[in-house]
Order: sequence, then C-alpha cells, then structure tokens
Amino acid sequence: MPVQYYIFLSIALFCIGIMGVLMRRNAIIIFMCIELMLNAVNLLLVAFSKMWVDAGRVDAASAQLFVFFVMVVAAAEVSVGLAIIVMMYRNTHSVDINILSRLKN
Amino acid sequence: MGIDLIIFTVLSAIAIAAALGVILSKNPVNSVLCMITCFVAIAGHYIMLNAQFLFVVHLIVYTGAIMVLFLFVLMMMNLNADIEPQKRNWLKYAGAISGGALLLVLVAALRDASLPAIQAGGKTDIGLVSNLGKTLFTSYVVPFELSSVLFLSAMVGAVVIGKK
Repeated sequence: MPVQYYIFLSIALFCIGIMGVLMRRNAIIIFMCIELMLNAVNLLLVAFSKMWVDAGRVDAASAQLFVFFVMVVAAAEVSVGLAIIVMMYRNTHSVDINILSRLKN
Repeated sequence: MGIDLIIFTVLSAIAIAAALGVILSKNPVNSVLCMITCFVAIAGHYIMLNAQFLFVVHLIVYTGAIMVLFLFVLMMMNLNADIEPQKRNWLKYAGAISGGALLLVLVAALRDASLPAIQAGGKTDIGLVSNLGKTLFTSYVVPFELSSVLFLSAMVGAVVIGKK
C-alpha cells in the first residue's frame, strides 16, 4: 500500500480542521478543530514511522515518540485552554469569539 | 484488493465523515460525539500501522480524557443549537473555499512524491512499550523531563485561571 494514501487522508483531516476554524464562531468547536489538525499530523508521523521501518531503518521509533510528545503538549494545552474558555463564559455568558475582539479598540 | 486496503478505506471513510460532522453539526454536543468517533477511527489506523502503545495512549488520553473534558465543559455551560453564534454566510463560504484550495494545493504537490511503500505485517515490535521506553529514556530523556515541567505549569495555570 503506497504511503500516499495516508498522506491524502492526513491532508483531508487537516483541511477539514482548517475549514472548521475558519467557518465556526463557537470557541469550543474551534478548539476541537485544532485538536483534529494535531491528530492529522500525528497520523502522518506514525505512517512515516511504519514506512521507514519497512524500508529497514532501525531508529524509526523516534517518530512515535514525537507523536507521544505532541499528545503531551495537546493535553496541557487543552487543560489551560478550556480553563480560559470557562473564564470567558463566566464573564460574558457566551462562547462567541466575536465578543473577544474588544482588544481591537 | 487486500484486506489491509479494505480496512484502511473503511476507517478513512469513518474518520472523514466524522470530521465533517464535527464542523457541520449545529449542536456542539453532536460535534463532540462525532469527534470521539473520528478519534476511534484514527486509533484503528494506529493499530494498522503497528503503533500499539500509541493506540492505547490515544484511546486513553484523547478519547478518554480530552473529549470527556470537552463534554463536561459543554454540559456545564448548557449550550445548545439555539444560542449557537451565527456568522455571515459569505464568511462561511470563504472559509470553505480557502480550506478546499489548501487541500487541492497540498494534494497536487504531494501526489507525485516518490516514497517507499508500506507493507502489511513486517517488523511488528517497533511500537511496543519496551522498545519505545528504551528510546524514550535514553535518547529523549531531556524532552521527557521538560514535558513534566510543562505539565506542572499547565496544572498550576489551569487552577489559577479557574479560581479567578
């Protein structure tokens, strides 16, 4: 199976995430779309790891460890980001990101 | 058509349909449930690619912890489709078109890349805990310790922001 199939799947998931960030106004949905983009990249890294293992490289475990670190950073990001969204909801009673353009003025 | 190609096609169809459900459904709770489906499909891809440890971690961390956290926050806020913030239509179309344009450009750029193929089976012990742990605690021990500092600061930050 060519590795291009996995590249195309990852590109599709990544672009769906980008479309979600651009199309939606709900802060939580935007946050989830960022997670989707991270996962698309993770999937591609694992596919490349498998590709190099099949090609005979012995150090291909590094790619899987990179995915592990991406998951670590994503978990930390989610805990802080959701705390910020909850705080914003407490102040404005909405998760609409249009309200957050106050800094513009 | 081999069995691996069939499994790949089914899992990819589920993942992409669920990802589209995330961005298209009006109710945020439906979005989170679609996201969980998408993550389970991606976990299936991991096990197809011999990443057994990442499969388990992905299921536990993403599907078990992060998405449940999203669901908790959504239910705490009591959001539903009625108060979903609306956006002007042309902005939605502009977002969809620019995302589609990026998709087109990336696919066109990477279509002819010459890369080695993935074989089904092969060396299967690369993604096991022993192998990954050996690499993690020899070559990558400094990033590992740094990530523990990152976790500590994220924990403190979440508590401080949440208490305000």
